[in-house]
Amino acid sequence: MRRIRAAAAVAITVSTLAGATACGGGSEAGGSNESPKTLTYWASNQGPSIPADKKILTPELKKFEKQTGIKVKLEVVPWSDLLKRILAATTSGQGPDVLNIGNTWSASLQATGALLPWNAKNFDAIGGRDRFVDAAVGSAGAEGKDPSAVPLYSLSYALYYNKKMFADAGIAQAPATWDELVADGKKISKNGTSGKWGLGAEGGNLSNNIHQAFVLGQQHGADFFDASGKPTFTSPGAVAAVKQYVDFMGKDKIIAPGNAEYAQNQSLSDFSKGKTAMVLWQAAASTFASQGMKPEDWGAAPVPVQSGTPGKGKNVNSMVAGINMAVFKNTKNTKGALQFVKFMTSTDEQKLLNKAYGSVPPVTAAQSDPAFNAPGVKVLKDTLSNSAAPLPQVASESQFETTVGTAIKELWADAAAGKAITTESVKAKLTKAQQQMTQ
Amino acid sequence: MTATDTTSQVPQAAGDDVLKSGGARGRFPRIPDRIRRGGLPYLLLLPALVLELLIHILPMIIGMVMSFRGLTQFFIRNWSNAPWTGLHNYRVAVDFDAPIGKALLHSFYVTLGFTLLAVGLSWLVGTGTAVLMQENFRGRGLLRTIFLVPYALPAYAAIITWAFMFQRDNGLVNHVLHDQLHITDKPSFWLIGDNSFYALVIVAIWKSWPFAFLMVMAALQNIPRELYEAASIDGAGLWQQIRKITMPSLRPVNQVLVLVLFLWTFNDFNTPYVLFGKSAPESADLISIHIYQSSFDTWNFGSGSAMSVLLLLFLLVVTTVYLIFTSRGRKTSDG
Amino acid sequence: MASSTHAPRSPGATVHRSPTAPPQSFVWTRRVVLTLITVFTLVPVYVMLSSSLKPLSDVSGKFSWIPNGFSIRPYVDIWSTIPLARYFVNSLIVAGTASICSVVVAIFAAYSVSRYRFRGKRVFTVTVLSTQMFPGILFLLPLFLIFVNIGNSTGIDLYGSRGGLILTYLTFSLPFSIWMLIGYFDSIPKDLDEAAMVDGCGPLGALFRVVVPAAIPGIVAVTLYAFMTAWGEVLFASVMTNDNTRTLAVGLQGYSTQNDVYWNQIMAASLVVSIPVVAGFLLLQRYLVAGLTAGAVK
Repeated sequence: MRRIRAAAAVAITVSTLAGATACGGGSEAGGSNESPKTLTYWASNQGPSIPADKKILTPELKKFEKQTGIKVKLEVVPWSDLLKRILAATTSGQGPDVLNIGNTWSASLQATGALLPWNAKNFDAIGGRDRFVDAAVGSAGAEGKDPSAVPLYSLSYALYYNKKMFADAGIAQAPATWDELVADGKKISKNGTSGKWGLGAEGGNLSNNIHQAFVLGQQHGADFFDASGKPTFTSPGAVAAVKQYVDFMGKDKIIAPGNAEYAQNQSLSDFSKGKTAMVLWQAAASTFASQGMKPEDWGAAPVPVQSGTPGKGKNVNSMVAGINMAVFKNTKNTKGALQFVKFMTSTDEQKLLNKAYGSVPPVTAAQSDPAFNAPGVKVLKDTLSNSAAPLPQVASESQFETTVGTAIKELWADAAAGKAITTESVKAKLTKAQQQMTQ
Repeated sequence: MTATDTTSQVPQAAGDDVLKSGGARGRFPRIPDRIRRGGLPYLLLLPALVLELLIHILPMIIGMVMSFRGLTQFFIRNWSNAPWTGLHNYRVAVDFDAPIGKALLHSFYVTLGFTLLAVGLSWLVGTGTAVLMQENFRGRGLLRTIFLVPYALPAYAAIITWAFMFQRDNGLVNHVLHDQLHITDKPSFWLIGDNSFYALVIVAIWKSWPFAFLMVMAALQNIPRELYEAASIDGAGLWQQIRKITMPSLRPVNQVLVLVLFLWTFNDFNTPYVLFGKSAPESADLISIHIYQSSFDTWNFGSGSAMSVLLLLFLLVVTTVYLIFTSRGRKTSDG
Repeated sequence: MASSTHAPRSPGATVHRSPTAPPQSFVWTRRVVLTLITVFTLVPVYVMLSSSLKPLSDVSGKFSWIPNGFSIRPYVDIWSTIPLARYFVNSLIVAGTASICSVVVAIFAAYSVSRYRFRGKRVFTVTVLSTQMFPGILFLLPLFLIFVNIGNSTGIDLYGSRGGLILTYLTFSLPFSIWMLIGYFDSIPKDLDEAAMVDGCGPLGALFRVVVPAAIPGIVAVTLYAFMTAWGEVLFASVMTNDNTRTLAVGLQGYSTQNDVYWNQIMAASLVVSIPVVAGFLLLQRYLVAGLTAGAVK
């Protein structure tokens, strides 16, 4: 008796389960226009706080509503939750209509098939693909596929330096090559005896580790992935890149050992306090201001290269950082969603929003605004149009960040503990990272 | 033994019920039992049952199904398309010669070590403090309140404060150890490298000892004073009384307490996640974080599920053995 | 509680100290150990307090026991950096409702197990126990999927709503609550509710008129436990809530943004939101202690 009952219970459970999983996804065709008057929008946290973001975006959404009659329901999602929320939305088919994504997630999310692909027709609906900066569109999905999103705010890395510390150390101008950077850094940190340091790093921040390693990798001719999307973390170029970065602490002693554990932007507070003279960051101006630094105290220069001047190929000196805007395939208002993306990427809105966030508009026409020629922002803008490359656009990008980012984090820990960083030790860590990728 | 009188009812309490609840209750009145036998007990259980089925059992079964599939990012949008991969995910997870299995095994050992240390010390601190505070003295109420504070602070806030204190350059811990007491010759890292394991243990103890304290303190209230008086007339000193009377009386509460602490600590996600971020240092790579990384960060939910199921099996075995062992031990000692 | 605990030390009874008075070694051990433990417990609280009173540029500086400057700005700013008040209310609603519902459900279940013999009892108790072992990660996504499907087929919106979170947290604390209450009910003499039933109360009448009142302390203890479980949970809350329903445990993370971490505000906000909880603890402490006793031991 009991057996039979148990069996029946199992059967019921399994059939419920089958039902649950079967309707897990959304309609394959994607999109409809059932509810043309409303949209839900998940914005990422770009400003100093979530309410600040709402304050910036709400008037614009009102403007959009006035123009089109479509009401946009805004939710600003903190970065700590955004990817988890998107995954959950993808799994269940229940998500927003329009959303912001970090552009490094583009290819990964593209692979899930949850986002509306931006084919020629969709791009035409928002004014055409050629309105956007090439590199920015390149960061919106895998090569040869329709992008999964369109660029919204762009950012790139710059070398921020403390003018007074440079003057005190007798440094006339910002370093243009890594050798110069190391030499300048040594003048300031004096092998770690001066109590001040040349460069700051965020050793515990996986993404930041990846961004720096990627750029150095490009300069060493390494791509981290081959043409078919297979990881090549252990190529000589990749190993050299990672070693060069970690050597700033281990060998050159221009980074304070404590930076190995930084993951909460402590390197920026160190910079604001005059403890470190240089830091590699994207659009740090507002942070410096909030930590009590005046605009005339710091300068911004292009990130150094191995030799020569920043440019394409081996002289790439930044990743294309930024936020893209995507449309959820399951939207019940495809037309409205496209209209909304068109609105947000219109030249006027681009000027206004990017000014508010200190980012660079990925829309060429908007870049002419004088605000984007101000000293701090101009470096970002020029880097973006001349010498930035998107991170590998592969489906396993997120794994790449975790595994290689962790490997570099562990190398920082070794360097900070005074262990020697050798080509072999770097290669061993990267080999381990690569093995964890092949699942 | 008089001491056993107070505890002899215990086998009917919490822990034991689980093992041999069923037919052991002959002492209930027969008439209402027979009449109600049909529906009522089930009816009373129904809400709990439905909720458990819906929120725990059903998702768990789905999770188990996931573990047999190659549920990567390519399929999360429509799970039913994910290919069946049989035991593949399990084979990868337990292949301890390959990197993934090796990392999992390492993480398992770390978790085991962490759990044993954290639970052991939490229990020790909690019990010790409760025993020391068994007698009334000035300030007892105040201390009791203070000791409950870690339990009441939001976990995120408490742990981030610990992370703040463990910073190498600016943290309190190094300020005290290095600058003030000169114990270390240079500031140590607590959030990366080998020390991170101890940092994790310390935070875990700070968070969970008050719970142990509460449970034990509560249990101590039930020990009749006469026992102590009788013992002291027999010439037993205070330490002897603690050993002979207090500790045996705490057995039943300890059975529950240690198990619950063990399960919570073993599955603890918040502490490592807030302390170290999404990639814990090797020496503090707890299994919960490891599985989180293997599913959420690498978007391979099939593999993450397989690891979770293995973890579940392990905990089931440990719990069963533990309950059988502790219950049997208690019965014989109770005579 | 044991304020009358000790054998009275009547002066005339014996020439020596009362037979159970603690020896000096014990008193000294107690002093030393309790001092150490108090320091261990309070140091993080002190760090929170002192950091919450510093300007942002000072918080990230070298630690010193005595802050150089004070500012109460963080206590003003916390309310505008994130919608702290709303998160706080959400947390209270979610944790409050979840804990009360959990206890009500647990009372029924525990009463059934404690007072009746029925088939499947053992399966039930074992299952309930085993749910304590599930790694949260294993059922986060499946649960989310179930909620969305329930929403799609019945129109009851569980995803993103407080209701979904309440249901989830309710079941988190349910196993331990049931477990504890079974023990507690067992300790209440059966004669009491049998007498009530003979007097014409139904079984439910007996439960609510006799058993529950006798078990109040244990019930309070279980409620507090359930409340704290829901109060601190992060993982599920981060996926299952939206801006309107976000709880404190997740919401506090809003103080760290992409470029800035408002350490001073995190600490200030944590202290502010903890005050009501600690106060509640103080009020209920008496019950909590008595309740756990009976639940776990008898």
